[in-house]
Amino acid sequence: MNFDKIVKTAKKEYKSLYKSENPLILIGSATCGRSAGAALVKSVIQDELEKNNANAEIIEVGCIGLCYAEPIITIFKQGKPGIFYGNVTKKTAKEIIRSYIVEDDPLPEYALGTIGEGKIEGIPLFFDTEVLKPQVRRILRNCGIIDPKNINHYIANDGYSGFMDAIEMAPEEVIEKIKESGLRGRGGAGFPTWMKWQFCRDSGGETRYLICNADEGDPGAFMNRSLLESDPHSVLEGILIAGYVIGAKKAYIYCRAEYPLALDHLKHAIKQMREYGFLGENICGSGFNFDIEIKEGAGAFVCGEETALIASVEGKRGTPRTRPPFPTTSGLFGKPTVINNVETLASVALIMQKNPDKFAEFGTDSSKGTKTFSLVGEIERPGLIEVPLGTTLREVIFDIGGGIPGGKKFKAVQIGGPSGGCLPENFLDTPIDYDSMTMAGAIMGSGGLVIMDESTCMVEVSRYFLEFSQRESCGKCVPCRLGAKQMLDVLTDITEGKGKPEDVQLLKDLSEGIKMGSLCGLGQNTPNPVLTTLKYFENEYNAHINDDFCPALACKEFIAYRILTEECNGCRLCFKSCPVDAISGEKKQPHVIDQEKCIKCGTCIELCSGKYDAMECIPKIEMDEGK
Amino acid sequence: MEDKLNEILSSYGGEKSELIPILQDIQSNYGYLPEDIIIELSNFLKMPESEIYGVATFYSQFRFTPVGKKHIMVCTGTACHVQGAPQIVAGIERHLGIKEGEVTIDLEYSLESVGCLGCCALAPCAMVNDEVESHISLKNIKRLFKRKKIKKK
Ligand SMILES: Cc1cc2nc3c(=O)[nH]c(=O)nc-3n(C[C@H](O)[C@H](O)[C@H](O)COP(=O)(O)O)c2cc1C
Ligand code: SF4
Ligand code: SF4
Ligand code: FES
Repeated sequence: MNFDKIVKTAKKEYKSLYKSENPLILIGSATCGRSAGAALVKSVIQDELEKNNANAEIIEVGCIGLCYAEPIITIFKQGKPGIFYGNVTKKTAKEIIRSYIVEDDPLPEYALGTIGEGKIEGIPLFFDTEVLKPQVRRILRNCGIIDPKNINHYIANDGYSGFMDAIEMAPEEVIEKIKESGLRGRGGAGFPTWMKWQFCRDSGGETRYLICNADEGDPGAFMNRSLLESDPHSVLEGILIAGYVIGAKKAYIYCRAEYPLALDHLKHAIKQMREYGFLGENICGSGFNFDIEIKEGAGAFVCGEETALIASVEGKRGTPRTRPPFPTTSGLFGKPTVINNVETLASVALIMQKNPDKFAEFGTDSSKGTKTFSLVGEIERPGLIEVPLGTTLREVIFDIGGGIPGGKKFKAVQIGGPSGGCLPENFLDTPIDYDSMTMAGAIMGSGGLVIMDESTCMVEVSRYFLEFSQRESCGKCVPCRLGAKQMLDVLTDITEGKGKPEDVQLLKDLSEGIKMGSLCGLGQNTPNPVLTTLKYFENEYNAHINDDFCPALACKEFIAYRILTEECNGCRLCFKSCPVDAISGEKKQPHVIDQEKCIKCGTCIELCSGKYDAMECIPKIEMDEGK
Repeated sequence: MEDKLNEILSSYGGEKSELIPILQDIQSNYGYLPEDIIIELSNFLKMPESEIYGVATFYSQFRFTPVGKKHIMVCTGTACHVQGAPQIVAGIERHLGIKEGEVTIDLEYSLESVGCLGCCALAPCAMVNDEVESHISLKNIKRLFKRKKIKKK
């Protein structure tokens, strides 16, 4: 098929959506949208349209990033800008359809913003809102806007033009462009992408492979999931380009099985590519032969590490091996192999579609471009964002994320997943880029930002990460296997009130040993969360060890729940819900908790909070003194 | 039983590198990896059973016992952890009367804790079969996982 013709048809199809007399309704249906009830909203909308004899085109799109406002719908009416509506419920969906589609009243009170030309009274411009203004949407440009299951939507928005240009060039020229852009790998280590490709080309041989690392094992990170669900072709185009450049005939996408929707969209997109002639023999008449195969991960975090990933694709246990030889010399089935992250590959497609300077116009000297981050945890507006590298943590957390909910105080941001660290308040003005993060003792990692407020105990969080890393250790290296277990035991002791003053030094010593003696990044980074919390929150360790006190009131051993006699009206909510019958009291009389029986499950306080607020959590030492 | 296995295997060439996808196929068809099927598979791939188990036990996805009709996977990723996943796991355990890794005696529910489900912005989350449930709280556990009264053992 001729590419120009494809583009023409695709553009026509895409434009006709917006030119049609029938309104167009987009429903955010990525995993986040679905779990918030997108399917229900869709069926309500369909019913309501039918009831009112109204026609509209409905398209399921991906996630625009405002996960906190899901389900989100966007309505385009002929000649008007599109309107985003957030937190759509059964009730508001009906109202919006009746009011805007049927009667032409846009209900500004439900709208998040407008997109496209024109303005609607009472509704802000979507990209001018607090959340979006500081953001620069490059990688996410199509997310939540196009139909991820329709290749024409991607093509109509410049899709595959980067690849078409690339195959007109010599691979070296493409490498030069990627070099000019300054792109560094988005999977964690930040290695220059062009250099990895060059190494692979230089290692000779006939057969080479490309692997797209879509394992995204970092808990708290979902940038890759969202991109694959919302705009799979942008990653696939990057894979084509990279495959062409390194001289591969075959690429594998290693995607985790916990992402069923991403897998589904990928499979669908690959089928379309084949139909359009972007895969197979002699692609677009260029002489380039290429195919893509999906491999589902099977639930092992360590398989995100390059050599372990290769072992896994080969059908073996996913254990890392020593490097060198690096995969670019001897990788999959012993052949030179490039492994790139999902976002890296999407950036490649973007660089080739626009040009290197356009990519590099944002970012810092050593960290170019924009980067997506998942902003989660104790934050007002959790979701997926994209900002220029070099944006400060404060801008991200407070301007975009809206700060900490419930009037609580910010305590730390966990960045870089289990390999990263926890940074306290005085790092809020640190720019997020590869070097600044490393200097602060964390790492940029793949871009997961977990925000913690004063109710999170830093010792407990460290224990959590150690539990994660020791469970995920492949077991090959003794320091990683046993050292992490010992660190976990020490941390567990501290959170359970059995900590000893010498434990802090022991943790430091163990950290050093594990860092030095481990083969792969998992082991080498295992101590990081502990080291940063020891550095920035040593007082919390000491409080647990010396004062039997958990400053965050999080560790069960150090807290107690108490019913405030003056506030309690004897509603019985807590009484009925307590799993161990620790609560007693007469109807309409203040209740009491039997501290001996209470397992501190938290059910009663969750039920009472916000309703009567007759319950409080206090340090156990205070309770003991009070007795 | 045999037919189903043959159907699965017919789409593979018998290469060792296909082991993991085959195991995944078997698990999605049978719900777990039955012992007799592994024996058959060992003939097909000309690979000792021990090697197959060596691989299968390495990956947390694979199970060797059947799961309930509704398989609940509670996310214990960082965002969910910070927002109360441990209490949620304990709450579901109490509600269903099973421990993590077990199945209810009526085979209705099974419970497992897993790494991040990628829905962290709506934490805490759990996946029930293929659907993600978000914003789980101690309050809505009962409503989410309704169950018939079953006699305690
Ligand atoms: C334990 C461990 C887990 C990793 N997990 C991932 C992952 O889930 N996704 C990813 O892209 N990179 C992961 N990495 C980094 C990759 O090994 C590799 O550096 C990256 O995929 C290279 O791609 P890039 O150059 O495009 O960043 C992990 C590394 C380690 C040590
Ligand atoms: S450091 Fe840990 S995970 Fe990495 S190879 Fe060694 S034992 Fe395995
Ligand atoms: S915390 Fe749990 S065990 Fe303790 S009194 Fe409340 S409901 Fe009962
Ligand atoms: S941490 Fe639970 S879904 Fe990501």
